[in-house]
Amino acid sequence: MKTKHFKLTLFLATVLAAVGILSSCKPKKVDSALSGDAASKVYVAPGKYDELYLFASGGFSGQVGIYGLPSGRLLKQIPVFSQNPENGYGYSEETKPMLMTSHGYIPWDDSHHPQLSRTNGQDDGRWLFINANNTPRIARMDLTTFKTVEIIELPNCAGNHASPFITPNTEYVVGATRFSVPYDASPDVPISSYKENFKGSISFVKVDKETGRMNLSFQLLVPGVDYDLSKAGKGVSDGWAFFTCYNSEEAHTFLEVNASQRDKDFVLAINWKKAEEYVKDGKGKKIPAKYVHNVYDEKSFTATSEMMNEVTVLDVKDLPGICYYIPCPKSPHGIAVDPTGEYICASGKLAAVVPVFSFSKIQKAIADKAFDGDFEGIPVIKYEAALDGEVNKIGLGPLHTEFDDKGNAYTSCFISSEIVKWNVKTKQILDRVPTYYSIGHLCVPMGDNIHPYGKYVIALNKITKDRYLPTGPELCQSAQLYDISGDKMQLLLDFPTIGEPHYAQAMPADIIKKNSVKFFKIDSNTNKYVTKTEKEARVVRQGNEVHVYMTCIRSHFVPDNIEGIKVGDNVYFHVTNLEQDWDVPHGFAVKGNDNSELLVMPGETQTLKWVPDRAGISPFYCTDFCSALHQEMQGYIRVSPVGSNTPIKFGTGDEENK
Amino acid sequence: MKTLKIYSRIIVGVCATAMVFSLFVSVWQIQLEAPQYPEGLKMEIWSHKIAGDIDKINGLNHYIGMAQIKEQNFPEFKVMPWLIIAMVVLGLLTAASGKRFMLWINASYLVFCGIWGVWDFWRWEYHYGHNLNPHAAIIIPGMAYDPPLFGWKQMLNFTAGSFPDIGGWLIIGPSIVIVGVLIFEQVRKHKNKEQKTQQRETQLHHAKQSNAAA
Repeated sequence: MKTKHFKLTLFLATVLAAVGILSSCKPKKVDSALSGDAASKVYVAPGKYDELYLFASGGFSGQVGIYGLPSGRLLKQIPVFSQNPENGYGYSEETKPMLMTSHGYIPWDDSHHPQLSRTNGQDDGRWLFINANNTPRIARMDLTTFKTVEIIELPNCAGNHASPFITPNTEYVVGATRFSVPYDASPDVPISSYKENFKGSISFVKVDKETGRMNLSFQLLVPGVDYDLSKAGKGVSDGWAFFTCYNSEEAHTFLEVNASQRDKDFVLAINWKKAEEYVKDGKGKKIPAKYVHNVYDEKSFTATSEMMNEVTVLDVKDLPGICYYIPCPKSPHGIAVDPTGEYICASGKLAAVVPVFSFSKIQKAIADKAFDGDFEGIPVIKYEAALDGEVNKIGLGPLHTEFDDKGNAYTSCFISSEIVKWNVKTKQILDRVPTYYSIGHLCVPMGDNIHPYGKYVIALNKITKDRYLPTGPELCQSAQLYDISGDKMQLLLDFPTIGEPHYAQAMPADIIKKNSVKFFKIDSNTNKYVTKTEKEARVVRQGNEVHVYMTCIRSHFVPDNIEGIKVGDNVYFHVTNLEQDWDVPHGFAVKGNDNSELLVMPGETQTLKWVPDRAGISPFYCTDFCSALHQEMQGYIRVSPVGSNTPIKFGTGDEENK
Repeated sequence: MKTLKIYSRIIVGVCATAMVFSLFVSVWQIQLEAPQYPEGLKMEIWSHKIAGDIDKINGLNHYIGMAQIKEQNFPEFKVMPWLIIAMVVLGLLTAASGKRFMLWINASYLVFCGIWGVWDFWRWEYHYGHNLNPHAAIIIPGMAYDPPLFGWKQMLNFTAGSFPDIGGWLIIGPSIVIVGVLIFEQVRKHKNKEQKTQQRETQLHHAKQSNAAA
């Protein structure tokens, strides 16, 4: 009996052991334990300020989100390319011109890449630039008032993705086409003629040093591939800009497969100082192109839209020394220049390596003519001649790289959902942390400056799933804050973001905080319809237009009773906020107006249009809680039928003016 | 010794009955884990169909050029239910008849099914992992994506695990027991033979002694 038991038991035991051993060999996951003092590192006590401003693009929201770091608190959304009914941006008469384009008024766009203005390669906190991807435009925001003050459209451009990227002294803001298209001058061709007719354009917008005013200086006519992202050279590579290009296969359909065939696509290196010289020498050709230039004047609080008619184009095929292609694996996406300007890394999102090119080697290759033929007339530098080294087995789907101040690089890997830290010179991988989930871009404060603020890295993710309380199928995008001050990265905070931050820039709060405007001086207000005192408030009829010159101050409007308006009139409420104190805005809305409200800041004038659709009494009121008697801040408008003779009457209290 | 012990027959009968339920549940599972899939993905292989997150898996796999998993491409699903029914019938017949040779047939059939199952699964996995679309977007030279036969395996950003599911255990468990019963019965038979041989020898010995004494 014993033998039989023994054999059976042995047999069963062997089987169970085999099962146990095989199933316990599970590959280890990279887990990030939250460091013990994470909470204290991100807690900003009530009444205290954050260390940094984070400017994150809104992506498909078309706006810019401003957060404080390290708390991750959302401070503001600046409306840029999308209407904002909350404060009347794109609805008020003064701001409507901001959203004008050569196609007419467009209420929305897709904003991707914020870039802070810089001086001597360091963020200076004066302006923030951002691109519109759909109807190509570049916008500039004033960081003293946090308002969008200028938008310029880019002609001959589509899918304005590699945009805007700024040179080290904000000489130029550069934008490029992701979708190559036939130039505006001769547009109607069959799609299959992509290789012959579709071209790329790289736009150099000059920025005035003092005022920040933009002006489309010139465009480079380049081969029709997809220009994805770019960064300007700095330090030793100042004067050059670098772009990643994919779809060197020049496919026009089913790019998922057709643009992923070639083993290597390109990095485009542009010597923009040389291009400037050619323009000065008159080598540029002026071609017709329609695009708008919209400017918001901050003294008159009024935007104007100007239609431009021509653009200067340099054909790089005919002008040697401007453009060089460098082969790069495979369908590259992000490109980054290290703080010294010597190393340029491009991430091939379908490759497993990140090539690091050396600027001095590129210069030598050009001097020695170490070329591998050309692509559409532009010399292609030999890969090995330009390459400093490759970062191997970095992760799956490497996308973007930023730098700290210790010679390290941080690359985001989308498919393996992680940030990988590596040394720029040795190419050794030093650390990895998971992100939750599927990281796209990442941001090191001043990470593209000559002296980065190397304390944090922020992961901007694409997939949220279970990170926060669920809110139905449509979820916010998640972001994580990591401490990179030590050897290993530490996860500190996980916070939701608005829209979809494709990229973000961050800088210490001091400069911006100091210059932030508290209110506008009423005496400096040059708006055409300003009303500087209550005595000057009036209602004036000009044909079928009625202009209401209105003031508001705690807690009443002048006038607040208006008669003599008729159905179908174009009524313009020019509302001036007479307050001269901090954080006392007033709102304005009229019943039944198919328009938004106004939010008028102290010292500001804004105009809201109304076309009454029916006779009767229409109330209006202040929509932003301004004072103890905010509820009393209201008024009435009497609308008479078409053709009636009701005289214009207006006033507040017992006084009636005519 | 042609007849089996009563408790052997009961055990075989119970095992055979248990196997029936494997027709109504998932037999094998492939689990997929990835950083961006905190909820995990699962593919269930039943005796007559495929279930689980097949659509999601097919959606992901096309980036690396893997073929779509479609139920109609598996002739196994027409055959497997009958193979399992045969296991059940054989088991019940063995229990009813109580014949040793039936137990031999039963156990051999189970082992044969096990070997065939493993081989067929490995063959499909190899084909699935190696037969890649040359025009796929992501091509990593030298990489193949055969899912593991048993246990865990890392493939790019996915950790894949291949294990029996409930139905699988309902077949494997009883099969091991039935083979165990056969071993037990064989040992018992040999023991019995030895005892009988010893008894005869002892009898002969005694007989010789008696003869000698007489």
